[in-house]
Parts: sequence; structure tokens; C-alpha cells
Amino acid sequence: MGVVTIGTMLGTYLIAYFFVDQPEIVALIVIIATGIIFIVGHFIISGFVYLAEANRMKSEFVSITSHQLRTPLSAVKWSLNLLMDERWQKLDQKQKEYFEIMKTSNNRMIRLVNDLLDVSRIEQGRLDMRPGKFSLDDMIRDLIAEITPIARDGGVSLGFEVEGGVPEGWADAERVRLALQNLVDNAVKYSNDGGAVKIKLGRFGNFLKCEVHDNGVGIPEHQKADVFQKFFRSDNVRKYQTEGTGLGLFIAKGIVDALGGKIGFSSKENQGSDFWFTIPIAK
Amino acid sequence: MTKIIFVEDEPTLQKTLCDVLRKEGYDVKAAFDGVAGLELIKLEKPDLVLLDLILPKMDGFTVLKKMREDEETKDIPVMILTNLEGTFDVERVLELGATTYLVKANYELREVVEKIKKMLEK
Repeated sequence: MGVVTIGTMLGTYLIAYFFVDQPEIVALIVIIATGIIFIVGHFIISGFVYLAEANRMKSEFVSITSHQLRTPLSAVKWSLNLLMDERWQKLDQKQKEYFEIMKTSNNRMIRLVNDLLDVSRIEQGRLDMRPGKFSLDDMIRDLIAEITPIARDGGVSLGFEVEGGVPEGWADAERVRLALQNLVDNAVKYSNDGGAVKIKLGRFGNFLKCEVHDNGVGIPEHQKADVFQKFFRSDNVRKYQTEGTGLGLFIAKGIVDALGGKIGFSSKENQGSDFWFTIPIAK
Repeated sequence: MTKIIFVEDEPTLQKTLCDVLRKEGYDVKAAFDGVAGLELIKLEKPDLVLLDLILPKMDGFTVLKKMREDEETKDIPVMILTNLEGTFDVERVLELGATTYLVKANYELREVVEKIKKMLEK
């Protein structure tokens, strides 16, 4: 704002100097123009301060609310765990089914609250990291083992390929796992029956590069620019997938950016997507 | 019998975990606030303390700090069971001497019990 004010003063002075003969009038025009710029500038800056404060309050509200929500949600989770434990009581098939539904809903809500907390942290620039050495190779294998039963239910196969020997990564392992999980979850969720998801890991200069390829529904051309926006869900997905908050890719990008890596994708509608990210290797 | 004290103000969480741990054969006692929890810890000198952080009367950070200042309780392992998750909170309790830190909402009851068993085996 200071630069604009000085520029306006000089500009007004030069214009007035060349077009007005009396120096008193020149001075008066410069003072008036500077005064106007000051007033306008004050309102613009006040507006920004107000917006920043409103944004901070909104994020803080989300953060506190999310924390408060997790307590009753964990109470429901643990109670359900007890109710579903066959060492305590035998359940018939119908009871098991209903408890499974409750458990899935409860976990979905916890995941949503966790996602909102992460979004709030990303927006506040408070996504703190606790970096350390870890094996991305092992992490991918663990994740595949965890997701395979769910993928199999949807008729989707999971594959993994490592290009040569890869060194350990240097990052906050828990955060990387969340970013990776979000990409793999999407790949599985948006694959059709009989689809194949392939994860590839390799070295890319001083970084590890992980690619998640699927031959699913893909992203429409006109929506590609919005993929990493909050709450983004593509039109072709909304039609038949009611689940999903559209926060996964926003969070994955927030994590990878905070780690000093890069994230990107290529995609063709009805042919599939290829999402990738990089993280630094351990020194 | 291995003694565990669980300081937790949310009644359902307290009851479920206490029930499961008792079924596993542990001697479990519980408190609903920090002051009562600290008294119980000093009195019972348990093998393990499970401690929430947001508690009435005295928060978990203070309970942990006071435990570590007391000759008789300073070496008792403490597992933090909370729904706070900021890096600052994690670092603060680890600096204060907590042995481990779990976010309750992210763990199944069975997983928590497994972690407790592992801690007690050490």
C-alpha cells in the first residue's frame, strides 16, 4: 500500500507539474490525491484484517468443535466394540449386520471430523510435521494389505511395483500415510467392477515418487483445474457415488506441499487417472 | 495382580475400557477428574496410568507434571488417551514424561488393550 501511495504522490506531482502553472495548486492536488489514497487504503487494509480474523475464527471454531465431537464419537466406537465382541455375548446375523452398519457410520463420522481438523490446520498453516526416516515401500505394502479386502469386495485388484532399490523417505510418516491412503482410496472407490489399481514407487532425483494409477471413471476435462480444491467432487462421480466429502485430495496436497514435495495428476474421463506425489529422501 | 488407573471424565469411555481391562484380568481403578486421579495414583502406586488430558479440576498435563515431580510416582509409565492431537500437545506431554500417546477416536478398543498389554510386558 505504501508503494501505491508514493507512486500516486509522484504521479500526481508530475502530472500537476506539467499541466498546472501555480506551485500552490500543484501541492494542493498532491495533498488531496494522497489523502484520497490514504482513506481508500485504510478501508482496503481494514477489510483484509477483518477477513483474516473471520477466517481465523472460523478455523478455530472447526478445530474446537472437531475435538469436542471426537469424544462422543469415540464413546460410541468403544461401546460398539464391546457390543460386537463375541466374548461378551453371542449375536445373531441380523444383530451383527446392524452393528456393522453402526460401526461403519461411526468410523465415517470420525474420518470426516479428522478430515475437517486437517483442513482447518492446512488453512491456518498449522499442519505441523514431525519428520523422520521411514520406508515408503513398507508403508505402501501395509496399506495394500489393509485395503485389499475392501477393494476385492468392489471387484478391484491392487498391484505394487518398485523401480529398483529405493532409499528411505524423510517426512512425517503418519501424514504421508494419510496422503497416500486418500489417493489409493479414491482410485479404488472410483474404479469400476473388474478395475485395476497399480501403485508404483521409484526414485526421482532427491525425491521418492509414488504413483497411483487406476482405470476408473477419470476426471472430466473441464473440471481438472479444480481437483485439489476443497469439497471438489467431479460431475461423473456425483451421479452414482453418494459417499465422499471431496476433502481427500485437498488434504493430500496440503500435506505434500508442507513436506516440500510435489503432487499432480493426469486423467482421461472414462479411461482412468494417474495421481502422483514426491517426498524428500532421507539424507 | 497388575494395577491400572484410568483417569477419564467421559463416563462411557471410562466404563468400556475398565470393563474390558477387568475381563483381561487387570485390577483397574478409575477417577473422573485430575485431583481425584492424582490422589488415587499416589495411594495405589499402579503399574500403569491411563490419562486423559482435558479433565475437570486439574488437567492431565498438570497431573503428569506432578507425578513426575513426586519420588514415589515419577517412574510409573503413563499412556495418554486423549482426543487432542496438536503436535504441540504431543510434544508437551512427551517432554513431561508420558510414555506414549493415543488419540482415542482413531483406535478400536481391542487395539488400545493390545497396546496396554505390550506396555505392561516391557
